[in-house]
Parts: sequence; structure tokens; C-alpha cells
Amino acid sequence: MSARVAFLIRLLTGANARWLGAEPVARQRIYFANHTSTLDAAVLWAALPSHIRAKTRPVAAKDYWSSGRLRPWLADHVFRALLIERRKVTAENNPLRAMLAVLEAGESLIIFPEGGRFSGPEPQPFKGGLYHLAKDRPKTELVPIYLENLNRILPKGEIVFVPLLGSITVGKPLRLEPGETKADFLARAREAVWCLRLT
Amino acid sequence: MTLLFDRETGWLVGGVIAMLVLASLAGWLLARRPGDEGYRKTIANLNARTKAWWMMVAIFFLAMLSGGIGSVVLFGLTSFLALREFLTMAPTRPGDHRTLFWAFFIITPVQYWLVATDWYGLFAIFIPVYAFLFVPLRSVLCGDTENFLQRTATIQWALMICVYCVSHAPALLTLDIPGYEGQNGKLLFYFVLVVQASDVLQYIWGKTCGKHKIVPLVSPNKTWEGFVGGVLSATLLGTALWWATPFTPWQAAGMSLVITLLGFAGGLVMSAIKRDRGVKDYGSLIEGHGGVMDRMDSLCFSAPVFFHLVRYFFTV
Repeated sequence: MSARVAFLIRLLTGANARWLGAEPVARQRIYFANHTSTLDAAVLWAALPSHIRAKTRPVAAKDYWSSGRLRPWLADHVFRALLIERRKVTAENNPLRAMLAVLEAGESLIIFPEGGRFSGPEPQPFKGGLYHLAKDRPKTELVPIYLENLNRILPKGEIVFVPLLGSITVGKPLRLEPGETKADFLARAREAVWCLRLT
Repeated sequence: MTLLFDRETGWLVGGVIAMLVLASLAGWLLARRPGDEGYRKTIANLNARTKAWWMMVAIFFLAMLSGGIGSVVLFGLTSFLALREFLTMAPTRPGDHRTLFWAFFIITPVQYWLVATDWYGLFAIFIPVYAFLFVPLRSVLCGDTENFLQRTATIQWALMICVYCVSHAPALLTLDIPGYEGQNGKLLFYFVLVVQASDVLQYIWGKTCGKHKIVPLVSPNKTWEGFVGGVLSATLLGTALWWATPFTPWQAAGMSLVITLLGFAGGLVMSAIKRDRGVKDYGSLIEGHGGVMDRMDSLCFSAPVFFHLVRYFFTV
């Protein structure tokens, strides 16, 4: 089922990943990308080779993916999304804890550190989650990804889709340097995503 | 629209397969010869191109076997994919989203439906009149006026090149040519063969003895040697195949010359668009060739003119 959905998503969005800075190998990673369309998580997930996809979970907003009937089913049975609370964060539902638990279990994550969808071309400043993950899991590779055109295929608030070709560029993994501050690291991570548009 | 499969169709099909066997063999031999990095890259690309040709020829044959409608559907899908590549690199804004939806899912299918139902009057004006008026109207309703003229022109030009022009190739099947009834499949075959052979021959002549660039700033691969050699040899091929067409040998020569010259023009113009947008290829769907649009650029320009010449001089 998942393989068929992934194939369909790749067919409709024309999105195949270009692995420029990293090899498509099943190593534990945190893939982090810019976020401009509802499609982002699904397209990025679909573009991963199946053996990586089987061990990778996209992190998505609980409020969006748990409404209706189709979305929760997709999130649960197809994407195996890790749904996190965006609004009322408490100690129990702390997104960071859920993400660390997934990493602890040996799986990889897809995250969007801007913390929401934005329609401008340039990514917004990154939220702190990526830094905390990098600090807690120094051995996990952090892989920057730049998604292009997906917001033209299905812009925010649109219901009809246009079959343009999306593009997914995978950059060179980075790590938290010793002594690097949170602000510096987040700015560097954001730059690593944004400069992939030029490749 | 019914197509007959006669002995001549068999000769055309057999000839193309023989050429592909020859090309595959030549590629295999060239790959065995030692050479530097550049040589190996060129040969690898050549072999990828030949392999893709086998695939394209197989699809084209299968579509023809359906007796007409399959070819219309095939060219319709080709238009759809070409439009997809073209609009992906064209700068449009969120205000054009619904317009693009119309272009893909309404305008393109309607144009090919007009071909399939042989409604020539509307086929000829549907995109240049009605789609052209509709495109800016649908976009203006979204209220975004930034670069409005540029956006409108881009979408109109995309429809013109990718859909309207390409649809003239399968429209060859709808022409009533006295004494050639049921044989239009051969005419479409002949046209596509001459267009594509011209591209291939220009490539071969250019690679083997190309020196003087025609417009180096637009396309570094187009040389005078490739252009003259390709156009002449493709015209010769088109003349030699006159028996498959309703033309006399001299008419076939004239038609082939027009097809090849316009094919060159199409390749040049579509290259300029790629340069402007800063891309090397329109896509990556066809291994070795680039995108669908990279393969169709010459056909876009020659199809409408060839269609009109045949319609004006050879139909009642």
C-alpha cells in the first residue's frame, strides 16, 4: 500500500530526489527541509528509496492531520507520521520527547524546523527543536533538504492541484559543532537548506 | 479515422527498426574503443539516446496499431508532459493557479478532443482565440496584477507551443486526401520520421565535422556543418521515402526541406528559452535526451506548417 501511494505521489508531483550532498543509505538521520506546501511531508517521504522510507517517519502537526477521516488514516497507515502538538504543549505531549523516542527506536525523522507553512520563497528562521535534537543525538546525521515548486503544485488553501514538476535537493549532512550557540547553529542549518536552491 | 496497414507501412516500420539495430551496433562498437573522459561521456550519452529511441519508437508503433485514436491520445499525453515541463520553469504567480489548472485539465483535452472528432473549424481557433482570451480573464479574477502581461503571455505561449502546435501532428490523420484514403497513418509516420531524422542527422554531422557555431550564445552545439549536413541528408531521406506519401519525389523534397528548416528553427527558439531560464534541459524523463520538450522542440514548429501545406495543396 505504502509503496503504491509513494509511486502515485512521485508520478503526480514529478518529484525525484537529487542526492547531491549525501548518499541514499539507510543510516539514522534527521532530514530537515523548508516548508511551503501541504504536500511537503508526503512528497519528501515518497521520494526516499523504499528501504529508507520504511525506517523514516515524517513529523506533522496533530491539529491538521487528525481532522476528517482520510488524513488520520493516511498519517497512521501510510506515512506513519509522528503527530505532534503545536498549540497546547505540556510536559506530557512535548514534541521533543516524542521525536527523541522515535530516534531512540532506531528510526529516522523528517522535520520542518520553520514550524509552519509559509508562502514566501525564503525559509523563515528555524525554531529551536532541531538544535535540541542535534544536542541530544550527536551521532545522528542532520541532512538539509530544499523543496522547490511544491507550493505551486498545491498552494496553501487551494483544493485543486496543478501537475507541475517539484524538485527535491538533498544537501551535505551537518552536525552541531562543539561550543556552537543555538542561534548560530540554527542560522547555519537554515542557510544549508536555502543555499541548495542554487545547485 | 481508420488506418490501413499496407506493405508500405511495413517497409517504413522495418526501415526504422533496421536503422535502430544499426545505431545500437555502432554504439556498441564505439563504446569498445578506448578514449578519454570526454569521448566516453559522449558515447554513453549516444547509447542512452539510442536506447530511448527504441522505447519511443515502440510506443509510437503501439499507438498507431490502435487505428488512429491511440495516436491522438499519445500526442495528447505528450502535450500534457511538455506543458508540465514548460510551465515548471516558467515564472507564474499564485494568482495563476486556477488558470494553470484549466490549461492542463480542460484546454489540453478539449484541443485533442477536437482532433479526434475532426472538428477542424474549432480546432484551428480554439487555443489562439478562446484560450488566449480566457487565460488573462481567469488570472485577473484573482486580483494579482504584478507582471500580469508577462504571466499571461507565458501561459499563452506555453499552450501555443506545447498543445496547439503539437496537436497538428495527429491532425494529419483527419485530412481527406484523394487517392490516399485510409493511409494517413503513413503521412504522420513520414512527418515524424523526417523531423526526428533531421535532429539526429544534425547531431551526427555536428559531432563529426561541426566547427563553425551558428549562434554560440544560444546553443553551443549548433554548427553550420551540422545544420547544412543534417538538413540536406534529412531532405534526401524524405525525398527517398516519397512512395509512402501522396507526394511526387520533387514535392516530397520540398516538404522535407520545409520540415527540416522549421525543425531547426524550433530547436533554436526553444534553446533560447532554456538559456533565458538558466536550465540545460526541460526535464529528465527521456534518458540521454532530457525532457519531452527537448525531443519535441523541432516538431512544434514544423507540425502546423506541414499540416497547412498538405491541407492546402493535397485535400479537396
